[in-house]
Amino acid sequence: METNKTIRVLIAKIGLDGHDVGAKVLIFWLRDKGMEVIYTGLRQSVEQVVEVALQEAVDVIGVSILSGSHLSIAQKLINRIRERELDDVLVLFGGTIPKDDIRALKEMGIHGVFPSHSKLEEISAFIQRNVKHGEEDG
Amino acid sequence: MAKKTGEAEVRPVASILGTPVNCFYGPGDLPNFDYAEKLNDPGEYPFTRGVYSTMYRSSLWTMRQYSGQSTPESTNERFKYLLKNGQTGLSLAFDLPTQIGLDSDMPLAEDDVGKLGVAVDSLDDFERIFDGISLDQISTSFTINATAPIILAMYILVAEKQGVDPKKLRGTIQNDILKEYIARGTWIFPPEPSIKLVGDVVAYCTKEVPRFNAISVSGTHIREYGADTVQSVALAIAIAEVYIGEVLKRGVQIDEIAPLFSFHLPIGGRDFNFFEDIARLRAARRYWARLIKEKYGALDKRSLQFRFSTGGMGGGLTAEQPLNNIARATIYAMAAVFSGTRSLNLACFDEVYAIPSDLAIRTSLRVQQILAFETGVADVVDPLGGSYYVEKLTDEMEAKISEIVEKIESDGGIVKMIENGAIQRELARQSYAIQKKISSGEKTLVGVNRFKVAEEERDMEIYKTDPETKNRQLRRLQAVKESRDKGNVDSALKELAAAARRGDNVIPYLFEPLKARATVGEIIDTLKEIYGTFREPTTV
Repeated sequence: METNKTIRVLIAKIGLDGHDVGAKVLIFWLRDKGMEVIYTGLRQSVEQVVEVALQEAVDVIGVSILSGSHLSIAQKLINRIRERELDDVLVLFGGTIPKDDIRALKEMGIHGVFPSHSKLEEISAFIQRNVKHGEEDG
Repeated sequence: MAKKTGEAEVRPVASILGTPVNCFYGPGDLPNFDYAEKLNDPGEYPFTRGVYSTMYRSSLWTMRQYSGQSTPESTNERFKYLLKNGQTGLSLAFDLPTQIGLDSDMPLAEDDVGKLGVAVDSLDDFERIFDGISLDQISTSFTINATAPIILAMYILVAEKQGVDPKKLRGTIQNDILKEYIARGTWIFPPEPSIKLVGDVVAYCTKEVPRFNAISVSGTHIREYGADTVQSVALAIAIAEVYIGEVLKRGVQIDEIAPLFSFHLPIGGRDFNFFEDIARLRAARRYWARLIKEKYGALDKRSLQFRFSTGGMGGGLTAEQPLNNIARATIYAMAAVFSGTRSLNLACFDEVYAIPSDLAIRTSLRVQQILAFETGVADVVDPLGGSYYVEKLTDEMEAKISEIVEKIESDGGIVKMIENGAIQRELARQSYAIQKKISSGEKTLVGVNRFKVAEEERDMEIYKTDPETKNRQLRRLQAVKESRDKGNVDSALKELAAAARRGDNVIPYLFEPLKARATVGEIIDTLKEIYGTFREPTTV
């Protein structure tokens, strides 16, 4: 639902993948779209990312993975998010993700999947359309 | 092209350097052009036209496709497949845990074992990778940096076991840690001890493995990160100078080490320009020859030769209409050949999606073979030499390389700029700027922002990692740990630690731990206690 509150986004690199220029390009874009964006840096664990998301009260967690490890990491992230009751957070995955895996990720509960070469406009529009601000929704 | 006023509008074009590009070039663009000074014949100083006089007439470039499979066995199979298909050099990719010094059974490695490349935990794995392949018959390229000292030591041990003299080993080890802090993130230690380890590998190879390229300074990853075509070369040269300084410090002579330096440089990309890519490589040869001669006083001709391999950029390939990528790769390959590359690794048409399939790898190899054997492009050395346009562009590119290298020095040096994240920020910004140009349509990408098709053709066969890979690797590691004598491992690691503390070259101290079946992770953990761990600047 549309609100005037600033959308807060956490961009995370989980696992060992060190390719982060795509993540940084997205950070610049989302900031230009008026969002507040935090970046975790490389080699984060699922636990670390979820704790930062809680502390920073973010609306969106965007995970960038180009190493092919997205499926196992996504499952762990979803489990941890449920454990920590971060139900309203929009979770996005991006990176080198084959078509077949997009469906699998969505079935796990990842809200949006944006393979490398996705349009920046699509990502920001998706966030603006789908982000929930818990209190407003009641 | 040149039309009289009123006849037709001329589309304005600017070079990557920001200078306007004319519709044509002529002698007026090269006043007082001195052939001997600017070009000279191929194989002669300043090597603008190439480092060898006969180039591809004597030997073609090495056709190398990056190849890493999940397990030592599958890598071994793939190597044998490629050799059988006429590939002339092997290229080995490692999984991320191996690249950053983690064993397959360490918690942080959990999701990445056997992905992107082969998992190497101990010498056993390395022996399996090269089983049945005579190391004196091939040249192998290792894409490895932070753990390069260990991989080099393993290769030497495998050679010795085969009865091959290490002095006969040919190949290249990337061993370029500084660009990892900028672009690819496989650092372990802080820059200072990491540079020391780079120096250890180079200094050791000088004496013991002299036919091996002990370092391949890579501009490729920097370009993928957002550097433009000239920056990718200039930054690589600035980084190479750091390593040269490190080795010279040890009392080694410039003529002993400069011939071991090679570069891996990008061709192509989202902002590719055919002639600019060629010109800046010709310019780099001239710049390097003068730098090494005038600044470092090298005398040996081989020291002055700027040798490079090229990588056709994956970053220029598109997810949309992926077969178009074969056309792009072909044009990149042609630019690489016109530049005088010694070796070429082409990105594959499906690599936007995953590790390339057999078909995609074979197609990249066939592109190179078609160029080499069907087209005549390899018959004459530096065929663009003397082109008014290319020579003008080469002059401009050389001036720009010089300007960038000097600016880095006056800003405090590249190491400082890496530590505080300045370079990373600047390049990521540039990458964003290009992306915005593509988004807005200012920059055309065929199939992406023009000439699109309604239905995406994303269905193709894609290489998949075997889910059993990790378990198999874990069982193997377990078996190695059970069969070894832990006492031997510990005492060998203690010797290594003592050598590292003294500041000795660590390479000779890696053999005993490896023979005792110490793991990559154990060796790296031992060194971490002495060298510490890098803290990444995360400000974006």
